[in-house]
Amino acid sequence: MLATEKAGARPGHHASALLAEADRLMTVCNSCRYCEGLCAVFPAMEMRRAFPDGDLNYLANLCHGCGACYVDCQFSPPHEFDVNVPRVLAQVRNESYAAYAWPRVLAPLFARNGLSISLITALAVAAFIFGFVGWHDRSVLFGTHTGPGAFYKLMPHAAMAWLFGLVFLYAVVALAMGVRAFWRDIGDPVAVNSGSLWQAMRDAATLRYLDGGGIGCYNHDERPNDRRQFYHHLTFYGFALCFASTCVATLYHYAFGRIAPYPWWDLPVVLGTVGGIGLIFGPVGLMVAKLRRDPVMVDEPRLDMDFAFLAMLFLTSLTGLLLLLLRATPAMPMLLALHLGVVFALFITMPYGKFVHGIYRFAALVRYAQEHRALLGKA
Amino acid sequence: MGVLSRKYDVLVAGGGNAALCAAIAAARAGASVLVCEMASKFYRGGNTRHTRNIRCAHDAATETLSGPYPEEEFFKDLLQVTQGNTDEALARHMIAESKTVLDWLPQQGVRYQPSLGGTLSLGRTNSFFLGGGRSMLNALYLTAEALGIGIAYEAEVVDLEIDNGMFLSATIQQDGARHAVRAATLVAACGGFESNIEWLKQYWGPAADNFLIRGTPNNRGTVLKMLLDRGVGETGDPTQCHAVAIDARAPKYDGGIITRHDSVIFGIVVNKHAQRFYDEGEDIWPKRYAIWGRLVAQQPDQIAYILFDSSVVTMFMPTLYPPIGAPTIRELAAKLTLDPDALEATVSGFNAAVQPGTFDDTILDNCRTKGLEPDKTHWARRLETAPFYAYPVRPGITFTYLATRVNKETRMLMRDGKPSANMFAAGEIMAGNVLGRGYAAGMGMTIGSVFGRIAGMEAARNARN
Repeated sequence: MLATEKAGARPGHHASALLAEADRLMTVCNSCRYCEGLCAVFPAMEMRRAFPDGDLNYLANLCHGCGACYVDCQFSPPHEFDVNVPRVLAQVRNESYAAYAWPRVLAPLFARNGLSISLITALAVAAFIFGFVGWHDRSVLFGTHTGPGAFYKLMPHAAMAWLFGLVFLYAVVALAMGVRAFWRDIGDPVAVNSGSLWQAMRDAATLRYLDGGGIGCYNHDERPNDRRQFYHHLTFYGFALCFASTCVATLYHYAFGRIAPYPWWDLPVVLGTVGGIGLIFGPVGLMVAKLRRDPVMVDEPRLDMDFAFLAMLFLTSLTGLLLLLLRATPAMPMLLALHLGVVFALFITMPYGKFVHGIYRFAALVRYAQEHRALLGKA
Repeated sequence: MGVLSRKYDVLVAGGGNAALCAAIAAARAGASVLVCEMASKFYRGGNTRHTRNIRCAHDAATETLSGPYPEEEFFKDLLQVTQGNTDEALARHMIAESKTVLDWLPQQGVRYQPSLGGTLSLGRTNSFFLGGGRSMLNALYLTAEALGIGIAYEAEVVDLEIDNGMFLSATIQQDGARHAVRAATLVAACGGFESNIEWLKQYWGPAADNFLIRGTPNNRGTVLKMLLDRGVGETGDPTQCHAVAIDARAPKYDGGIITRHDSVIFGIVVNKHAQRFYDEGEDIWPKRYAIWGRLVAQQPDQIAYILFDSSVVTMFMPTLYPPIGAPTIRELAAKLTLDPDALEATVSGFNAAVQPGTFDDTILDNCRTKGLEPDKTHWARRLETAPFYAYPVRPGITFTYLATRVNKETRMLMRDGKPSANMFAAGEIMAGNVLGRGYAAGMGMTIGSVFGRIAGMEAARNARN
């Protein structure tokens, strides 16, 4: 086992050599504690004296990867104690996604995630194109469609709603099963109180712990000039606005009988456009930051998972915006197939890609808020 | 190599807290400054890398300090730990200056946080660095770079040209080449000699081979020795160093704070002959932890073992190295390569001498032994709950007391008492002026920041004239 030779190593059983290394690091850090003001990971660590696998998965998902503890650590490599918390926790975190995946049989999708997501996306886009081609003749496929119901000439609204509704439902169920397994693993089954939930929502919404302890994150050197928090906000809120756009459009359709496409000034288009722009610049900014990141802090073999998810978000937005721009031209039907194929792939792969990081991190933040409040005697 | 070919107003030897405070203060006063750090960029900062707080006087609570710490109280604390071995005028000057240093450091980018978990006793007096000493150093280096200070890494001062107390030039070795660097003034801020085992052997003999050095391997005292050889006056006991008991499995150098043990008061401590040798319960641990380095250094082979049973394992900070455990005292002795009969006799003798009492590790309680030599006077409880555990410990050297004499301007004083024309000292290299013996948490950083800032300002003023 990789850790037994080094300072901090403990005899004991872990599911992987990586978890044994994470145990060693937490043991080193727990005897130091200089980093306890930087984020939530170290205060959570201090509440423990030993680190079983569930706790390590909890701490790994609590870590936002801001890099401050690496830059501040007197024992980071090349020191012989070899303390590299951001990388090891990133590795543990990435392993944990596969470990909690539901159903178990699909866990290998995490192993070569970039390849998996590319193939699924290609298949989904092809399916929509073939579907459109099979159902319609040339005049529909390459014609110009405008006015209410233009999209539904290519695919009936009911079919679209059913298909995406089912896919979304599947993603929600699979994610929920994963979180359930994670939650059982990371601690005593305590009822979640509303205070902790509210605290975790605020911490997640503001990315409170992606700030290097107050002065910003570290990415490629010891200067806290990283902009990942900003680009993540663009991405997250861009995604949220796009999702809101879809919800409003669905409401329009069923409650008010208003049929898409909507004029440019209408709520679904405004939400979708603003969100879409965020979802262009956010993922690009994050990709650039990932490429600039000091490789020593990165789980490099699994970077493809990050890029696959960012690419999916980017493509969702790009195809959506192109559809908006060119919806009155003969390019619309094929763009619609492309957009629907990408969105379909995005949803179906949500439980098997980087999207899950947000879900597990939020669960970890809830757990931390609970622990923290219990420690302060507020629970 | 640009930075080593120019002439500077101020040459700073060293790259830790004192050196950077001097460099920044000098640059802010308008001087051109070169910092020569012997270590690589990663290891820059000497022992500052391992520090975590600074002790500064202040008249009111702050965001991170729980209450006032008046100058007079600071001075009393200093008198107590040094047992009067201090230069009172210099010490009072340092304490007065520490009040403004408390605000000056954040202006240089340093961030504070409330005291760490387990250090509540320091919450009023000591400001903790957010992220620790290396974080503090990173902030100072970024500020230094922004001020245009030249920084040379892996650049060791190997010779000093000094004429009758006046610094002329320094020879800097970098990448195997030697560069003569001229500067109007010199600030020596490059630590003591605790990493120089041969030098320690002059006072400690072969025992020094068994010492572990808690911090940088670079504090070899090269510059200190050159200065003393070239007529600078000395102060501080050359034979003494600050030592605590640290885990015997720690690396020879640079293991830092995490190799410490604070479990002594919960058990007994025996030497290689399985004999106790000092009262483990003499006083509250933070007041006594520093004597154990010397105590272990005086034992045969400079090794000792902290023994305790499983009833106390969660009462102290988790440790870096796991305790060595065994189901019986005899088996534990075998693992520690101690004589099982002797260890069993020591433990049973101790257990038999324990008097009834009410255990409370937060006060000097009434749990003690009777009839032992030495007795354990507080927190004495039987070692009877298997499994039994031990930590092997050795002396861990923190710093040395030998210093260049300085005045209030941090100007070095020559052996005849005359102030040097242009040489200043800050940090550990002159700590012995105020810290003749003992230590109190955070004082090394006080000495570094306060005298570093003074040295930088005085050197800049000196260079202008």
